[in-house]
Amino acid sequence: MSALNYGPDAVILKGLTGENWRLKDYEQRDGYAALKKILKEGMKPEDVINEVKKSALRGRGGAGFPTGLKWSFMPRSFPGPKYLVCNSDEGEPGTFKDRDIIRYNPHILIEGMIIAGYAMGIGVGYNYIHGEIWADYERFEEALDEARKAGYLGKNILGTDFSFDLFAHHGYGAYICGEETALLESLEGKKGQPRFKPPFPASFGLYGKPTTINNTETFAAVPFIIREGGDAFLAQGKPNNGGTKIFSVSGHVNRPGNYEIKLGTPFAKLLELAGGMRGGKKLKGVIPGGSSMPVLTGEVMMATDMDYDSIAKAGSMLGSGAVIVMDEDTCMVRAAERLAYFYFEESCGQCTPCREGTGWLYRVIHRIEHGQGRPEDLDLLLNLADNIQGRTICALGDAAAMPVRAFVKTFRAEFEYHIEHKRCQVKTGGYSNAAEPLQMAAE
Amino acid sequence: MSLLSALAKQKIDRELTKYPADQKQSACMSALAIAQDEHGWLSNELMDEVAQYLGMAPVAVYEVATFYNMYNLKPTGKHKVTVCTNLPCALSGGVDAAEYLKHKLGIDFRETTADGQFTLMEGECMGACGDAPVLLVNNKRMCSFMSKEKLDQLVEELKK
Repeated sequence: MSALNYGPDAVILKGLTGENWRLKDYEQRDGYAALKKILKEGMKPEDVINEVKKSALRGRGGAGFPTGLKWSFMPRSFPGPKYLVCNSDEGEPGTFKDRDIIRYNPHILIEGMIIAGYAMGIGVGYNYIHGEIWADYERFEEALDEARKAGYLGKNILGTDFSFDLFAHHGYGAYICGEETALLESLEGKKGQPRFKPPFPASFGLYGKPTTINNTETFAAVPFIIREGGDAFLAQGKPNNGGTKIFSVSGHVNRPGNYEIKLGTPFAKLLELAGGMRGGKKLKGVIPGGSSMPVLTGEVMMATDMDYDSIAKAGSMLGSGAVIVMDEDTCMVRAAERLAYFYFEESCGQCTPCREGTGWLYRVIHRIEHGQGRPEDLDLLLNLADNIQGRTICALGDAAAMPVRAFVKTFRAEFEYHIEHKRCQVKTGGYSNAAEPLQMAAE
Repeated sequence: MSLLSALAKQKIDRELTKYPADQKQSACMSALAIAQDEHGWLSNELMDEVAQYLGMAPVAVYEVATFYNMYNLKPTGKHKVTVCTNLPCALSGGVDAAEYLKHKLGIDFRETTADGQFTLMEGECMGACGDAPVLLVNNKRMCSFMSKEKLDQLVEELKK
């Protein structure tokens, strides 16, 4: 098997073929060397956390919170159980990176979680896996069995007095469970409705116990940081933006897929890795960090580097690293309509501004797209967005409001054309060039 | 007469080993999935039995079953086909694939063919946008890069 093409700078996804996911393969790639180093050298938990702090690793799930700092919030001397949770409930439209870690390199995640457990004095962990990827969940269960049999998981790991066990939990189709407190509710066997914060999970988490939740890719970065040092990881990226990051590139490119690049790499370079624009079309817009993040124009993106600070400066957010690429034939009203529908569908219904507001957003964009828009609709959309954002328990409300506001502001002329002419200004009127346009069967 | 088979109970018992002994409710999601795999959908009687098995109030089990999208609260066709039409997939033919299937099967979303073979559903992000068009068969089998030819093949295969 030849290596999968994740780009020349890959660290987490380096050397993967799709077949070499087993324990023996991972050990050949220096797997579990970091854990052995910690246990043999008797590295202190606080030194592990300091190394992670030094690496400038930031949460890869969307918020970009410094991982080392999050780990230091866990109460050291808490009596009784504490929990570690991995958020693999990857459902942010455009994001499909955690799936490749779970199916092609599951042990790097397991090792990262064991090290995190050691650093925070935690004995039990759960990996909450997205409902739609059943085969990958089963593979992760198999990898856990391998790790248990080899003595990396369970009681007295590698003959030391450190014990840690890890279990997989399978979701069943709810975007909201990617929100960390909804995920905890779901792990407890309830409907996934987010909790009020504070208290934060570090003091009141799973089963009411101190809990740390990180994204899959965040944990997967940890073995390298311990093995090669926090400085070596930081050097892969740029200050305050340490390391490599996996970007999931979807939409109108020749080679959609995951590409792991150094943070700070220009967007143009990422687009090149993904094979450039499909059909040689012109780049119109890009959502750089998953569907919840503001859309940017092609020109702005071509001048932007792919790291937390640069994308924020350009007016959006790096988010989960899902890069949705849209060419010149994409109707931005239709694109916004589909995303608005998604948030309407996935709102958990707990907070009124989100439950009602997401429906309003969808219905107003729907009527614009279908030739029934009114001149005042654009202001109405912005007003609705303002009345949702910041007024809900969790960030789903913001996630619904931000893209709508950005689509209207960035591509206002296109929305106005729809309202005025009651039709689309894009010839194809929609999602444009599918790789293989499907012909309807002859009538 | 128990609706859950001995094998289903064995599978639920394995799930229960993952959680603290006083937190059996944590196995509710997987228990419902196991029950659904066996019966095709979740009747109230079946959910009541799951509740009893886990020591939960029936209403707490109904809450879970009605909250998550992948549980079937009424009978479906033999093959529930869920196509992702979210934006990243739509940009690479997801909507076209769904329209093709609607036409081929003669049904709309949330409908079942007269012969009871197929139910078609519109799905939200499955976390596989790079492989678009993507669809799921009966929640577990993911099919990627679904061109017209592959859709035809899949339908033929499932009909058998």
